[in-house]
Amino acid sequence: MTDTTATTLETPLIAVRALRKTFAVPDGDLPVLEGIDLEVRPGEIVALLGRSGSGKSTLLRCIAGLIPPSQGEVLYRGQPLVGTNPGASLVFQSFALLPWLTVQANVELGLEARGIGPKERAERARHAIDLVGLDGFESAYPKELSGGMRQRVGFARALVVEPDVLLMDEPFSALDVLTAENLRGELLEIWERHEFPTQAIVLVTHNIEEAVLLADRIVVLGTNPGRIREQIQVVLERPRDRRAPAFEQLVDRIYSTMTGREAEQPATPARPNGKREAVMLPHATVDGLSGLAEIVHAAGGTADLADLADDLSLEVDDLLPLVDACVLLGFADVDHGRVTLTETGTAFSTADIQTSKQIFATVARDRVTPIRTIRHALERSDDGALGEGFFLDLLRRNFSEDEARAQLDTAIDWGRYGELFEYDADTDEIALSSTEPRRG
Amino acid sequence: MTPRPTFPSRDALARLPFSLVDLVLLAGLIVLLYVVLRVGEGATLSYAPSGPVHVSTDPSNLPYDAMRSLIRMFIALGLSVLFTLTYGYAAARSRKAERVLVPALDILQSVPILGFLSVTVTGFIALFPGSYLGLECAAIFAIFTSQAWNMTFSFYYSLSSLSRELDELSRMLRLTRWQRYWKIEVPAATIGLVWNGMMSFGGGWFFLAAAEAISVLNHNYQLPGVGSYVAAATAQGDLGKVGLGILTMILLVLAVNVLFWRPLTAWSERYKLEESVSAERQRSFVLDLLRRSHWPHHLGRLRRWLAEPLGRAMRWLGRDGGKLPPPKPATSRSDVIFNLAVVCAIAFGIYEMSAYINGTVGFGEVAKAFGYGLVTLGRVIVLVIISTLVWVPIGVWIGMNPRVSRLAQPVVQVLASFPANFLFPFATLAFIKAGVPLNAGGILLMSLGAQWYILFNTIAGAMAIPTDLREAAATLRLSRIQRWRRLILPAIFPAYVTGGITAAGGAWNASIVAEIVTYGKTTLVATGLGAYIAKATQTGNFPEILVGVAVMSVFVVAFNRLFWRRLYMIAQTRYAL
Repeated sequence: MTDTTATTLETPLIAVRALRKTFAVPDGDLPVLEGIDLEVRPGEIVALLGRSGSGKSTLLRCIAGLIPPSQGEVLYRGQPLVGTNPGASLVFQSFALLPWLTVQANVELGLEARGIGPKERAERARHAIDLVGLDGFESAYPKELSGGMRQRVGFARALVVEPDVLLMDEPFSALDVLTAENLRGELLEIWERHEFPTQAIVLVTHNIEEAVLLADRIVVLGTNPGRIREQIQVVLERPRDRRAPAFEQLVDRIYSTMTGREAEQPATPARPNGKREAVMLPHATVDGLSGLAEIVHAAGGTADLADLADDLSLEVDDLLPLVDACVLLGFADVDHGRVTLTETGTAFSTADIQTSKQIFATVARDRVTPIRTIRHALERSDDGALGEGFFLDLLRRNFSEDEARAQLDTAIDWGRYGELFEYDADTDEIALSSTEPRRG
Repeated sequence: MTPRPTFPSRDALARLPFSLVDLVLLAGLIVLLYVVLRVGEGATLSYAPSGPVHVSTDPSNLPYDAMRSLIRMFIALGLSVLFTLTYGYAAARSRKAERVLVPALDILQSVPILGFLSVTVTGFIALFPGSYLGLECAAIFAIFTSQAWNMTFSFYYSLSSLSRELDELSRMLRLTRWQRYWKIEVPAATIGLVWNGMMSFGGGWFFLAAAEAISVLNHNYQLPGVGSYVAAATAQGDLGKVGLGILTMILLVLAVNVLFWRPLTAWSERYKLEESVSAERQRSFVLDLLRRSHWPHHLGRLRRWLAEPLGRAMRWLGRDGGKLPPPKPATSRSDVIFNLAVVCAIAFGIYEMSAYINGTVGFGEVAKAFGYGLVTLGRVIVLVIISTLVWVPIGVWIGMNPRVSRLAQPVVQVLASFPANFLFPFATLAFIKAGVPLNAGGILLMSLGAQWYILFNTIAGAMAIPTDLREAAATLRLSRIQRWRRLILPAIFPAYVTGGITAAGGAWNASIVAEIVTYGKTTLVATGLGAYIAKATQTGNFPEILVGVAVMSVFVVAFNRLFWRRLYMIAQTRYAL
């Protein structure tokens, strides 16, 4: 590998320059990716790591040439993309196999598109199928295969066209833990045997350990909008041992990058024009966040995030929103990948249902801006009730259509639990609660 | 059998309620009708084929007649498939085309097909002077119009709702357009298309029966077929022979089901997009038999042998993924010009048509037709209410008893396909004997075909109620009334709405053949828009046909949009299980 890196160090395979990607919302454009500069060089595996909403899949699709950037550009071997990236193949999270075609026909698809004759097609497809260890399954239909086998077909289909860059969109996240582990190993094996001329892999993941296990370089993306927070070179020897101290240290470090506030701008600065940056509610249910608080309490009031994720076999995408919610409500603090319960948090997790509802209501009303905003609006309305459309309109100025809905749903969930307001699904109205618990 | 709602193009209902575009398109369609009429008017009847006016009712002719009918049905089906594969593709592929083609389809499927029959018959006769080919074409066209719209809708929606992954896969691999169409788009749409085809084919028998024996411009045209056999037997007042015709029809429906649709639906299972093996599968012993033969092998070889050069030849159509999609689809100048041109053409047509109506029957005729429309609307409403009261409890009972529904499903399938107009002679005779005026009896005639949709959909809805909900209701010891109010009615509501729309649409169409009926020498006439159109058709009064069909289209479209579609929206948001 060293020889290729040495000769082509000057021209990166893929270069992303000042990329910005926005999606249209009623009040203008909502950025999902901002100021992305990234290069992919021959011989490396790059992991794009981020939480849901960090735009990592969007970035991968920009690199693939499936969607155009709003600003900036993507270059392949120095040439700006005009269509889909000619030197790349994509492996999908959901496999995207055609169920009506056999394994062989699925793999041949891309070759046929290039006008390669049936004989050569069959031969090359068989070779690729052998390589991923599926020989004997050529005439099987995807339905007959297990998840791991299907993703192998996905690999073969991507590799058979001999791409320079293999793009992978969370390729292991639809598989069970053991299968995923096995397939990661095989991917590395194929990569290190150099049987295909593929020179680089770009992998999207939200799994921190997966990134550390596979990548030479980890690009950590922040959320809202997605910016590159940190690029980490991984210098661990392969095969990498999850139990090695250096491995664990790196995982912890990334956890603190992904949860830390220090890397982000101050939480909600009042802008000069008086317009404040929107506070985003983490997508966490009350049940989820109180479950987390109880577990942390049971663990002695403090816990390592990586261990928590391991013990609960939770993905980062499931765990971090809960952690964020606890932090937002003042139930917990996070520091260097450790979560620690505050006094309020301890009180919340140990109290009986009525008391913890009251605690929740108090902090939600005092600390959570969107909830407070809704309460204010309701108190000022004539009959203490407003249509949800009113709040959705407000939210749409800062969030996409789906996100605005998700934000309101979370706010309603929290508000209902704290009995701060009620929601009538028949009339789509939010109203002040009639049975509000007295302030404790 | 898996319960499936029988309304074929329920995707169509998901479209937004009522918009200006729909109004413009409705106007455009009426203009189109006007143009077709004016062209048909020019065709003189001296070209009419000479030959036997009456089909022989000798029972020994029945097998031959049945085959003729069957061939007509399959030719129409083939044409519908061709139409679907092109029109649906064009609508999904081009944004400009989409804007006109989709609302047009939407409205076309609400237009009373039978009202067009007179126009198309004269038109086709003019195309093939002196030959029966014109009549054949007109009959096939009538069946085609009853099948094509639904199938096209299903295809269009499959194309436009293609999963993001498959679209990205195609662009990433840079598949040729041809490859994308045959390897991804058509297979992904196959199941919907087959089920839709089956439903539409069933509905087609009704129009076949109506189109084989028709009187247009004071001429009786008859094509050899089951439909005309029954018509001739009715004219002779021979109930025994009508019964023979009905028996033949039942056998035909059964045979087509067993030999064609069952194998096809079972075969189409392989195009299921969920990648797991489903628990419930369509089975067909005919398909199993075919699979054991050598035919699939030979067909596969032939297909491969053809596919390779064809795929190569079609490379000129281009490849996918060559261009990045534009960041924002902005309305370009050409869009504006296109819209303007469409609107202008329609406006000019409306102007022309107004002049034509004013110069012939006058605008008073429109008001008159509108009044008749209200009468027929009354019949449709009564029909829907009575059918609901009768069939919803029965449908729920069938659907909630697995044993009963297993027995009832095949019967239901035959009923779905059986052309109700075959039963008209019996009903008419009963009306004559009992002295029932057709003004009331017409409701029963219209319901003979329409009511079943309410039954099928209710059964499907009741079968789909999850067992745990039913068990929960049982453990809570809900009273009978509570159970209906809290569980059953909300759960079947979405399915019921689709059934109701189909029933109402079918009833409007049926009114054209149900508001004037003849048995032997006696003719009964009811007041209504259906009778108005039927009379205008018989006497060849083109302006009246135009007014009648246009008014009926307006009624159906308005009723669908303002009433049914709202119910459907409620069903989807509130009561979807």
